[in-house]
Amino acid sequence: MDFFHVIVVLLESTIRVSVPLIFAALAGLFTERAGIFDIGLEGKMLGAAFAAGAVAAITQSVWLGLLAAILISVALSLVHGYASITQRGNQIVSGVAINFIVAGSTVILGEAWFRQGGRTPALAEGARFQTINFPFADTIREVPFIGPIYADLLSGHFILTYLAFAMVPLSWWILYRTRFGLRLRAVGENPGAVDTAGISVIWMRYRAVICCGILCGFAGAYLSLAMTAGFVKGMTAGKGYIALAALIFAKWRPFNIMLACLLFGFLDAFAIRLQGNPLPLIGQVPVQLMQALPYILTVILLAGFIGKAIPPKAGGVPYVKER
Amino acid sequence: MDSIAIELRGIDKSFGPVHANKNINLKVRKGTIHGVIGENGAGKSTLMSILYGFYQADSGEIHVDGRQVTIRDPNAAIAAGIGMVHQHFMLVENFTVLENIMLGAEESQILNKGIAKARDELKRLEREYALEVNPDAVIEELPVGLQQRVEILKALYRRADILILDEPTGVLTPAEADHLFRVLEQLKSQGKTIILITHKLREIMAITDEVSVMRRGEMVATRTTAETSVEELAELMVGRRVLLRVEKGEAKPADVKLSVNGLTVKDSRGVTMVDNVSFNLRAGEIVGIAGVAGNGQSELLEAISGIRRAVSGEVHLNGKAIDVTGHVDPRELRDRGLAHVPEDRHHVGLVLKFEECENAILGYHHDKRYLNGVFLNVDAIRKDAEQRIAEYDIRPPNARLKTANFSGGNQQKIVLAREMERGPDVLIIGQPTRGVDVGAIEFIHKRIIEMRDQGKAVLLVSVELDEIRALSDRILVMFAGRVVGERDPDATEGELGLLMAGVEGRKEAAE
Ligand SMILES: Nc1ncnc2c1ncn2[C@@H]1O[C@H](COP(=O)(O)OP(=O)(O)OP(=O)(O)O)[C@@H](O)[C@H]1O
Ligand SMILES: [Mg+2]
Repeated sequence: MDFFHVIVVLLESTIRVSVPLIFAALAGLFTERAGIFDIGLEGKMLGAAFAAGAVAAITQSVWLGLLAAILISVALSLVHGYASITQRGNQIVSGVAINFIVAGSTVILGEAWFRQGGRTPALAEGARFQTINFPFADTIREVPFIGPIYADLLSGHFILTYLAFAMVPLSWWILYRTRFGLRLRAVGENPGAVDTAGISVIWMRYRAVICCGILCGFAGAYLSLAMTAGFVKGMTAGKGYIALAALIFAKWRPFNIMLACLLFGFLDAFAIRLQGNPLPLIGQVPVQLMQALPYILTVILLAGFIGKAIPPKAGGVPYVKER
Repeated sequence: MDSIAIELRGIDKSFGPVHANKNINLKVRKGTIHGVIGENGAGKSTLMSILYGFYQADSGEIHVDGRQVTIRDPNAAIAAGIGMVHQHFMLVENFTVLENIMLGAEESQILNKGIAKARDELKRLEREYALEVNPDAVIEELPVGLQQRVEILKALYRRADILILDEPTGVLTPAEADHLFRVLEQLKSQGKTIILITHKLREIMAITDEVSVMRRGEMVATRTTAETSVEELAELMVGRRVLLRVEKGEAKPADVKLSVNGLTVKDSRGVTMVDNVSFNLRAGEIVGIAGVAGNGQSELLEAISGIRRAVSGEVHLNGKAIDVTGHVDPRELRDRGLAHVPEDRHHVGLVLKFEECENAILGYHHDKRYLNGVFLNVDAIRKDAEQRIAEYDIRPPNARLKTANFSGGNQQKIVLAREMERGPDVLIIGQPTRGVDVGAIEFIHKRIIEMRDQGKAVLLVSVELDEIRALSDRILVMFAGRVVGERDPDATEGELGLLMAGVEGRKEAAE
């Protein structure tokens, strides 16, 4: 295996593990930019993954699975919205509660419905996403350099992978070039300004929360319908938190989010690759260290070593007009 | 010209236990400037926010141009031609001027289409009213005067016929305030109606046609401005006679208590804000530092009180050096007899979420009389606070009330009481009466002079020239970080004004 080949394989798996991170971090981008902290990305993603796995297994339809993922995730988002927007509750508590409820109930429901130890049945080909091969991928593969890049890096991914990367410029466009985006960013900075401009703060924030739900739905569906063939309990394995770290690391900007997710995805892929393969000079690197790196990097960022991460000013604060 | 633009009938509003507006009636004639005055917490902002649809009245009617309207939200107010500049600006700080002006009036789903139109309209408004501002500047980088201009442009952009301004001049320099008043006159001549809230009675006399007075949630009087006087208005506001200028005797300056030598301070961006400033402050005198806001007074105060590190220079307190270029422990300064009333009471002086009695001991919580071993002696703290509340006439007299629920003037009294009551040798006061009503100003001024007469050294920084002239025994004028002149308190306003603008100062320095 030559070095170039190793790199291509590494990058390919980087892309694969980055997709749910990108969806989830963009989901968090919409809520946090609207002033609602969302630690419940993990729970929403997990709920969506379960719904996708369960519905796809029962209906044998990947699209119904995806739809179910989005519906469940949006429903959970609305719960978070109701607690933090309408009831003005603590957003962290609400988010954590969602994570716990979902972690528990997916196992219980999974066991009750399918009796496979919290798994959903393995999905047949028609009930999960298939990779898309670009034209001539196999013929070009042999061309040096360009071949593998085209055939292995660009081609051969799931439709959700391409969607995730397309969502990056799209989110940017929505946030910075549309009326909805302008108002959404404003409501996260100074809801008073939005209110006095004659716009409903509550409705704006609910809409942001719904956007978040849809994107988390994609993230969850990717996990159980594309990356693996079915739901496994706890399969998000902290990806929601990594996405949150990526969101902060990216200073709440769409293109930075993509880069941060790719970086964290790369670390993940690298860690898997390293298992059992000692590095020259350094020797064996503990997996745990690699897994902790995204968090360590984020903490270093927050400590002010890599520029400054300034969160949306009204983030985490419920909008109260009359004390 | 006798039609009524706005009529409020029986407006009533409570915030929980606070009855902010009680059965208010008000008529504002079209094409006039109508002043609204009243003590802190009288309910002025509340009333105007109801008119603007920001709050909902519990009962009452609003009539615009003779027709009854329901104003359920600001949108309805904007549609009825009402615009408002809020006391605390409603701007998105990291947005550009243009984005702030467009917000809520974008015209279409996609921004690009509206942007060009907004730019043109903004240019037109700028030209018409001489309200220049760079549309691409980011709000947080603009000085407050320009931020307010953006707020006014926002209202004009929405074609407001009735413009409400809630304490617009509190943050403005005299020149900026003059400019604002010219704009208001011009709007009036175009037939627009203006409601102006302010604490400065001089402004009321200078610019309004009629003035309404509020006291404790009630509308107590409306006068034609030409037929009333500052004294009558002050009395109506407070409900008793007020001394607009507090009596004070001769100063008897004694030993130097605080000496500042060649102090230079830079701000966080590295810009020199205080440039080689030296002066002495003696026991038994009040030294006033005059200047337009932003000329280094804030940084000077911060450096002396140990909040900001100086680049060079020396400061001596009671003859002993303070390490202003190194680490200063504000607690140690307090122990050495220096008390500080910060300019920004909300951010530096108080913890708004704390109870009054907790704020009354902030920074002095290690005092033995408040402690029971390692625990706070809550009884002693409350008793002390209650005594101080009585002495300083803090209203409402409730030591357990959250500080945020006191009005601005009373919050200021809480800070003053805390800092003055310990009998410090040197008292440094920044903006003692910013946003404070005449009744409280009288009280605060009296206390400051009392401190002086007890032989304390007082350093006073204020952007209100009247206040500086009324209280100081000596006036230092700061411009661009330097002390550009020293004057007696009977120097004319014009003379000080020129110094503050840096005109005279340059000549003096050159000589
Ligand atoms: N949003 C709110 N929630 C609860 N209480 C409020 C609110 N706004 C104002 N109040 C209370 O209502 C009363 C009237 O306040 P308001 O702000 O209208 O006074 P004001 O006349 O504008 O005073 P100032 O001169 O200090 O601006 C005060 O006691 C205040 O504490
Ligand atoms: Mg007010």
